[in-house]
Amino acid sequence: MMFDPQVIIEKLPEIGSGLFVTLWLWIAGVLGGVIAGFIVATARRFGGKIVNVVLGAIVEVLRGTPFLIQIFLLYYGGPFVGLMLDPIPCGLIGLTVYSAAYYSEVFRAGYASVPVGHVEAAACLGMTRFQTISRIQVPEMALIVLPPAINLAVILLKESAVLSIITVPELTATVSAIGSQQYAFLEAIFILAIVYWIIVELTDRLGRMAENRLSRLRFSKA
Amino acid sequence: MSVPAIAIRKLVKRFGESTVLQDIELEIPEGKVSCLIGPSGSGKSTLLRCLAFLEEPTSGMITINGEALGFFEDANGRRERLPANQIRAVRTKTGMVFQQFNLWPHMTALGNVSEALKLVRKVPKAEAEERAMVQLRKVGLENRAGHYPSQLSGGQQQRVAIARALALEPKIMLFDEPTSALDPELTGEVLNVMRDLASEGMTMVVVTHEIGFAASVGQQISFLDHGRLLFSGPPAEIFAKPRHPRLEQFLDTYLDRGASMLA
Repeated sequence: MMFDPQVIIEKLPEIGSGLFVTLWLWIAGVLGGVIAGFIVATARRFGGKIVNVVLGAIVEVLRGTPFLIQIFLLYYGGPFVGLMLDPIPCGLIGLTVYSAAYYSEVFRAGYASVPVGHVEAAACLGMTRFQTISRIQVPEMALIVLPPAINLAVILLKESAVLSIITVPELTATVSAIGSQQYAFLEAIFILAIVYWIIVELTDRLGRMAENRLSRLRFSKA
Repeated sequence: MSVPAIAIRKLVKRFGESTVLQDIELEIPEGKVSCLIGPSGSGKSTLLRCLAFLEEPTSGMITINGEALGFFEDANGRRERLPANQIRAVRTKTGMVFQQFNLWPHMTALGNVSEALKLVRKVPKAEAEERAMVQLRKVGLENRAGHYPSQLSGGQQQRVAIARALALEPKIMLFDEPTSALDPELTGEVLNVMRDLASEGMTMVVVTHEIGFAASVGQQISFLDHGRLLFSGPPAEIFAKPRHPRLEQFLDTYLDRGASMLA
């Protein structure tokens, strides 16, 4: 079998639309996961013992089972409990919930990284909990949370390939379909790897830029 | 008779099984410097943290300028937790200075000092910064306003922390071993700021190992041991003729370490 890039070039528009689906699902999943994860971590920290235990157990289940199985259960098991979802909404919900579990752990570590004394100083000055979270804890944890948050985003991009299983027309599904139609499996897999890798590289760059910016903003001389 | 700045009644603090403070009774008069001394683990820092409401008393009552702090306890010992906004209001009557400074690393000195004015008192930014500068000037650091904590020495950080605690113009200042994290050379600058405050008539409660400072600036010395307040009185009485055997023993260890030169 010869390596024939021509097959792939002809199908670029299709690949483009698959890439588009992957990108928006991924970005929405990460953003939703960051927001929901932050809310979960905050609720676990301040919501009392019961909230902490219940949310902790849910997070453990989500982190302890493969994403593939979760998405299968949601898509094929959902109808048994009256939850009928189209592939794309199902994929979006699945990805968001899964990433929220991981992001909640990132933020939990973030909260733990802020010295208790910094929070006590705020309390002594009469700041409310919301003021303390938004003005002290979040800005202080930002620099510590950013690298694992970017790393997690990269992992989630690759996990999103799993959504091809439930027929979401994203990048992996599109390209492997082209591969089987054209009998060009090697070319298809190769182009897939390249595209994912490029996005990962770009994400890493962006993350590092944000880190530099943040640390310069922070501790440099005013 | 005037209302004491701080009144502590039958204060008990337990952590699980262990009793850290047992039936503390103490009045701190307005405008006086009150020093809490005692060996490690005696409960002096816990007592101070109760005054800042960083620890919630197990029972008993604390009043700040006559206002109940955190809990209201009636004569029958029935206790009621006060609403959160009332607790916050009473807390801002005291300023707290920590052993570890606890400055916010992502804000400049000016930011640290002006933050509570902006957030708690809703003072506009420009005015808040102007008022923060007044406090920084007071601790001799107006030329360090734009510096981040990581760019300041330990002594300077603690002085910024004092300015921050002064920003809301509290009636009472609480100090928790303010010089214990500093090397001896930097201790002096912080103690000088505290002396200035004392001479302005600020009510101060100071947990300290600086027996020299306690003897020269303190007007009321309280000695704690194993969670009990063993003695409280003017420094002359406590240092000149320590009648309590445990206090005598405690002071002897300081004299052994060369503090006799101060006497």
